[in-house]
Amino acid sequence: MSPLLAAAAPRPRTPRTLVAHVEDRPGVLARVVTLFRRRGYNIVSLTVARTHLAGISRLTVVVDADDDTARRLEANLYKLIDVVAVDDVTASPAVIHELALVKVRASPRERTDVIELGKVFGARVVDVGHQTLTVELTATRDAVDRLIAALEPHGIVDLVRTGAVAMARGDAPPASADPNPYAHHQPQPDGVDDPDGAADDLD
Amino acid sequence: MTALPHPQLGARPGPADFRPAEPGTELTGSQLIWETLVAEGVDVVFGYPGGAIMPAYDAMPGYPIRHVLVRHEQGAAHMADGYARASGRVGVAIATSGPGATNLVTGIANAMLDSIPTVFITGQVSSPLLGSDAFQETDIAGITLPITKHNYLVTRAEDIAPTLHEAFFIAASGRPGPVLVDITKDAQQHRAAWAPPQGEPRRRGYRPDLRAREDELDRAAAMIDAADRPVIFCGHGIVKAEASALLRELVERTGIPVASTLLGLGGFPATHPQSLGMMGMHGEAWVNTSIQEADLLIALGMRFDDRVTGHLEKYAPHARKIHVDIDPSEIHKNVRVDLPILDDVARVLTKLTPRLRRRDRPAWDARIAELRGDSAVRDIVNLPDDGHLYAAHVMLDLWRLTEGKALIVTDVGQHQMWEAQYYKHDHPRRLITSGGLGTMGFALPAAIGARLACPDDEIWVIAGDGGFQMTACELSTLAQEDLKVNVAIINNGYLGMVRQWQQFFYQGRYVATPMRSPDFVKLAEAHGLAGVRVTRRDEIEAAVATARGVPGTVVVDFRVEQEDAVYPMVPSGADLRDMIRRPQPSPIVETPEDP
Repeated sequence: MSPLLAAAAPRPRTPRTLVAHVEDRPGVLARVVTLFRRRGYNIVSLTVARTHLAGISRLTVVVDADDDTARRLEANLYKLIDVVAVDDVTASPAVIHELALVKVRASPRERTDVIELGKVFGARVVDVGHQTLTVELTATRDAVDRLIAALEPHGIVDLVRTGAVAMARGDAPPASADPNPYAHHQPQPDGVDDPDGAADDLD
Repeated sequence: MTALPHPQLGARPGPADFRPAEPGTELTGSQLIWETLVAEGVDVVFGYPGGAIMPAYDAMPGYPIRHVLVRHEQGAAHMADGYARASGRVGVAIATSGPGATNLVTGIANAMLDSIPTVFITGQVSSPLLGSDAFQETDIAGITLPITKHNYLVTRAEDIAPTLHEAFFIAASGRPGPVLVDITKDAQQHRAAWAPPQGEPRRRGYRPDLRAREDELDRAAAMIDAADRPVIFCGHGIVKAEASALLRELVERTGIPVASTLLGLGGFPATHPQSLGMMGMHGEAWVNTSIQEADLLIALGMRFDDRVTGHLEKYAPHARKIHVDIDPSEIHKNVRVDLPILDDVARVLTKLTPRLRRRDRPAWDARIAELRGDSAVRDIVNLPDDGHLYAAHVMLDLWRLTEGKALIVTDVGQHQMWEAQYYKHDHPRRLITSGGLGTMGFALPAAIGARLACPDDEIWVIAGDGGFQMTACELSTLAQEDLKVNVAIINNGYLGMVRQWQQFFYQGRYVATPMRSPDFVKLAEAHGLAGVRVTRRDEIEAAVATARGVPGTVVVDFRVEQEDAVYPMVPSGADLRDMIRRPQPSPIVETPEDP
């Protein structure tokens, strides 16, 4: 085992949501994905699309990672020339939603039940077949999970989820508006304002 | 030996005859490549032609750029790398598509791991053929994604000049690194108007110009002033930032001792009283012990590589850490630090030194002196010649005979560590070695690059018998280009470092490490070069004199002790103080045990 791995105590892995503004160029997605692949991080979800800003795409990636890993990923994302700004919105107030389309088996007699069930979650019907209904839900990952669980007994024919997209709450502009967004992400460990370091004297 | 004729060199116009094209002139993509390279100040490229890059080669003779024809594209990459390390400028290598491009890969990775400013230009199949598995097509941009700082695929002639201009800027700015520009054959053939690229390219996501805040520098100064047992780390960043004089100023103001990484050697004078020497796996005991006992580490332009730290949890347990680096992703990567400073290290030192006060630390100085022990005991100069030839003696004698002034290019392995221990580098850019990737075969081609960068300097390659043979074909390049370097082969008949690990960690089972080599003297002669063999220590001086006297390249085959090992050694992943010490009695030299 490498000394790096040997030294690392197991830390809790939680889903982390990173938002990156990237230049809209060929290959940019491959560069981002390569970073995650290199250390074997499994991507829970990844969405990318253009924004209202010319030449800028926005990418939301959810990964299972501990704090150290998330920080390193963020730092490595910044190393990519095509990446303009990165925000780890996991801990900050943010709207983190995904969209799901669920095609459920529903005979004409069952339709009302499925529609009522969907209403509980705020889902709407977007397509009606002879033996199926397709419902759409935009909500948090948990809510989508619960809707799917509730529809399961009826029989799911097809399912698609977009994965999370995220946006910080409040009036703050996105990190890409900052000329030096990385500066805000420099962690300041404890003790830096104790320059004499009296505590750790050598015996 | 007669130098072979150089048709293209004879035909090329000298810089005096060359006139840059008028802006707006219609040029082919190939001409735009060279026009841009000239504008970027390139004077030499290392390369190998082939189908997809032929249009570019065809246009080359019109430009005042020397081309060095290599024997394998890996050599071209290492030459560009060596050129960049010796000069501080961007090194350029050029190759064709497919195998030409993939042969560059090891050299690109080497430049990536050591942050060397390099630009690699590869030909690519014509754009309509991309993705069709055409002859000699490989997705070199895809292949080099994780081993370049950035890369490009260019499919239009009008994109060539701006892309190359940006490539040079990215390669050299911030934390330097390799940039690859893959140019399709049709882009080389089509025409576009020449618009000389000007100014710094602007990329929204690229910020090579991070600046330390004043309060961070104040805090660093307070931490340094308060430290009782500080150690400064001189990393590769000191060399790259041309900050050696600034570091010396800081040390002479504060009296703080300096330990160096392998790539930082020469960044601080090795013979300076405050120099501790190289740290890490093969660092001397007093260096590593000082680090483990320090209460403050001031890391300047280094990255706490695992060969430097040993066991991370046990690394420098009493020390607070200040980490100055240009690359934010290095902060807290391996070692959590107390104060990160993101800036160019030269700029930091300029602002930091005036904030520091002189403070005597007699107890710490005495402790380090005690750890160093009686230097006379360690001085291998004073040891009697017992008739055997030890690699350490070769390094030491070479250092004495060249007065420590040679530019040394080492390969990877035991000889590399002996060089680092016994050749005292007092100036930056005088040691060129493959650190991060540990690429065997690096030395000979890198030395050719260094030769082109430093035409008047004495250059020595030091390589093992294994690594030398990986790129020995470049002897032919030296002969054709009529270039002189001296080559010291430290020949022990083994892949020595692996053999040493087998001795220490695999119960002496020498699997696949004994190596038979050709007669290196005859090999040199077969290339029209001179060769000398040395088997005893008393032959070193004459051989070195011969090598220095001959105008062409000379290969010296040093037949050294076969089963000698590099000491001390911290086993991979161990505490820095858990060293394998020199055996007692050592045939060469004794280092006192820790008191």
